Amino acid sequence: MAHGASHESSVKRIWYVFTLLSIATIVEVVLGIIKPQFLVETKFLSMKLLNWVFIILTIYKAYYITWAFMHMEGETKGLRRSVVWTSVFLISYLVFILLVEGDYIYEVYKSGFVKYNF
Amino acid sequence: MEATVVKTGTEDKTWGGGDNPPLKASYGKLMMWFFILSDALTFSGFLAAYGFSRFKFIDSWPVADEVFNHFPFLHGVDAPMYYVALMTFILIFSSVTMVLAVDAGHQMKKNKVVLYMFLTLIGGIIFLGSQAWEWKNFIQGTYGAVETKAGSIVQFLDTDGKRVALSDIALESTQREALERNKGLWFTDDETLTTYTLEDIKAGFAANENLLVRIQKLDEKGHPIVLNREESIAKLNTDAVRVVEGANLHRNEYGHPLFGNFFFFITGFHGFHVFTGVLINLIIFFNILLGTYERRGSYEMVEKVGLYWHFVDLVWVFVFTFFYLV
Repeated sequence: MAHGASHESSVKRIWYVFTLLSIATIVEVVLGIIKPQFLVETKFLSMKLLNWVFIILTIYKAYYITWAFMHMEGETKGLRRSVVWTSVFLISYLVFILLVEGDYIYEVYKSGFVKYNF
Repeated sequence: MEATVVKTGTEDKTWGGGDNPPLKASYGKLMMWFFILSDALTFSGFLAAYGFSRFKFIDSWPVADEVFNHFPFLHGVDAPMYYVALMTFILIFSSVTMVLAVDAGHQMKKNKVVLYMFLTLIGGIIFLGSQAWEWKNFIQGTYGAVETKAGSIVQFLDTDGKRVALSDIALESTQREALERNKGLWFTDDETLTTYTLEDIKAGFAANENLLVRIQKLDEKGHPIVLNREESIAKLNTDAVRVVEGANLHRNEYGHPLFGNFFFFITGFHGFHVFTGVLINLIIFFNILLGTYERRGSYEMVEKVGLYWHFVDLVWVFVFTFFYLV
């Protein structure tokens, strides 16, 4: 909440977070353009290592946007958990179920008896 | 201006949070957080559905940096993802100016809030324009492709592995003239005709020894399979049914049709959020200019719309990853 003129300015931290977000974005774009062969051809949990790097960097950016820009770090524990835990657990569950199911259907299409692609 | 309502008059009542606001946040801020939570779950549903379809059709899913390879004023130059990277920076930067506006609001510096809100608005508008331009390129397409009987896409490469456009394959265009209402039957519309017919492409392909086709199956290392010359000609002659240029909701030249559908729906839904964000920011901007928050003694409204604006940026971070990078 606003504390009037007594509120301490956090301009320095804002630019610091902006630098972090920019670096993460630049790393993503550079990796996306050069696509190092090792990262593309090595798989972990049936996903390319490169994609894991992208997803981890994305979550890193999401953390800083929520915590610093949306000022989640300054909210009470109750508010933080009711928003963050709800979304994190529901989304993890949904993504896990759907991706496993999608991969399963892919296998059925690929090795099933019915030839579907010609 | 005495008539201007600067307080809601419910501050000390329950709906105003009373003197003991739940979770130490004002009613408006709390509700903005829960709205954002529900909207985040909506977007997650869309993106998870996208992931499902992608895993299901992993072979025929397009390669992102072949789809988005345009940059303004660089015609014909292959510029994979440069423009979306720029768009991402524009949106992150407008998030920075937004948080600077909130910070200036805490210190009750009206002129600074005005400046930063203005920059935020400009960033949002540039982003919207960029997205329209991305859509235009996506719909228009770059190389063109051929669709098979089963609805999968066959793309053309030269022997160096570079993509080749339909206009470089076809020797001539024998496509008929489109039936327009002023020339043909006034009560009917013609279908949208492609620049070249399938026969043009087949003839041009047969005449150029350097051309190969790439099909939508992956080898064991995860790269799309390129057929050799004989197989390529056979594939084209037996399976091809239609020339595809650009993208619509039924088919696209990049790969599986669902990619186009998800692209239009998810980036469109995000773009709609940016659009409403710009509108809400504009209203708040005018309120700041009028001095409403100065008289209210608190710039908390800027903070609340700021939450929404950051959320739009947050969603873009994920859309950027899943459509353009992964």
